[in-house]
Amino acid sequence: MSCGRMETRILAYVDGRLKESEQAEVQKHLDGCAACRLRVNEFRAVSSLLDELPVIEPSGAFNARVHALVAAEPRKRSWFAWLTPSPRIAFVASMLLLATVWLGSRPVDHPPIAEQDLPVVESSDYDVISSFSPLSDLSQAPSDEDTNDSDTPQKM
Amino acid sequence: MTRSDVQLMLDVKAGDPQSFELLLQRYRTPLVNFLYRMVRSREQAEDLAQEVFLRVYRAREDYEPSAKFTTWLFRIATNLALNSLRDHRYQKLEISMDAPILADAEDGEERMMEVADEHPDIEQHLVEEARKKMIRHAIDKLPEKQRAAVLLHKYQELDYSEISKILRCSESALKSLLFRAYETLRVELAPLVAKAVKH
Repeated sequence: MSCGRMETRILAYVDGRLKESEQAEVQKHLDGCAACRLRVNEFRAVSSLLDELPVIEPSGAFNARVHALVAAEPRKRSWFAWLTPSPRIAFVASMLLLATVWLGSRPVDHPPIAEQDLPVVESSDYDVISSFSPLSDLSQAPSDEDTNDSDTPQKM
Repeated sequence: MTRSDVQLMLDVKAGDPQSFELLLQRYRTPLVNFLYRMVRSREQAEDLAQEVFLRVYRAREDYEPSAKFTTWLFRIATNLALNSLRDHRYQKLEISMDAPILADAEDGEERMMEVADEHPDIEQHLVEEARKKMIRHAIDKLPEKQRAAVLLHKYQELDYSEISKILRCSESALKSLLFRAYETLRVELAPLVAKAVKH
């Protein structure tokens, strides 16, 4: 293995994240390369230095702020949510339906037709007999000759 | 028996608020620390961590356990951190990563120095704080993607495949990224590294 190929393996070697076969390969290179051995030691030192940084704890209000953000989220509605009426609309619709049914089933208090005072139309100016036009006033009934149209093809 | 992250998330999806609470307890400290080391401001780190949890909650109904939960969680966190750094790139942030720790603040250091003359223990404490400050500054100097890679690798102990998915790069590209990051850290921390190697 060349020093160039160590570049992608050196850190994994330091962390012990290499596969057994790769580990052996790197170890073999390190046995014969002082520069890479030094680099491994330096990377180990860097890694140890990074461990010295303290871990901070979130502030006391952290969880409460997350809860507040979550609580402020609008509730998601499904695609079919619009089919579900809101309680107010459902209440108003039910009331209207009940009122319609109640009004429809109520007995109607109308007087019988016979008892109603129907208006009588009276007209003294109109004489039915004199206004009658007898059939004789009509034109003469057509004769048989009139019915035989010359254009009508005759039976032979 | 401890429920796995995936099981907890599936329970959240099913409408169990207690499972969300457990995930919050399990990951709030790692997330805040990761984001704190990324953006260098405790207040901003907490805001971003809360945003991560909110996004997890929002995505509960579409959650499918196709990847490890930590991969998904830290991908959200990394994206938020990188976006936040990009947005604040041209702003001079007054709040330093060191601000929450009194010894790191400029005025705090002065006060500590006065006390150190009277108490040798505090002198030792100051040396330790100076070391930590040097390490923090070395991490700060890393390019953002390298910093994220180091933090996920070192502190979250995620494996290479997970980190490469989070950073959207190949595993070999990630290994090169980490190598370059460690090279930078080795140079930045040279006095401390040399001392450690001698021992």
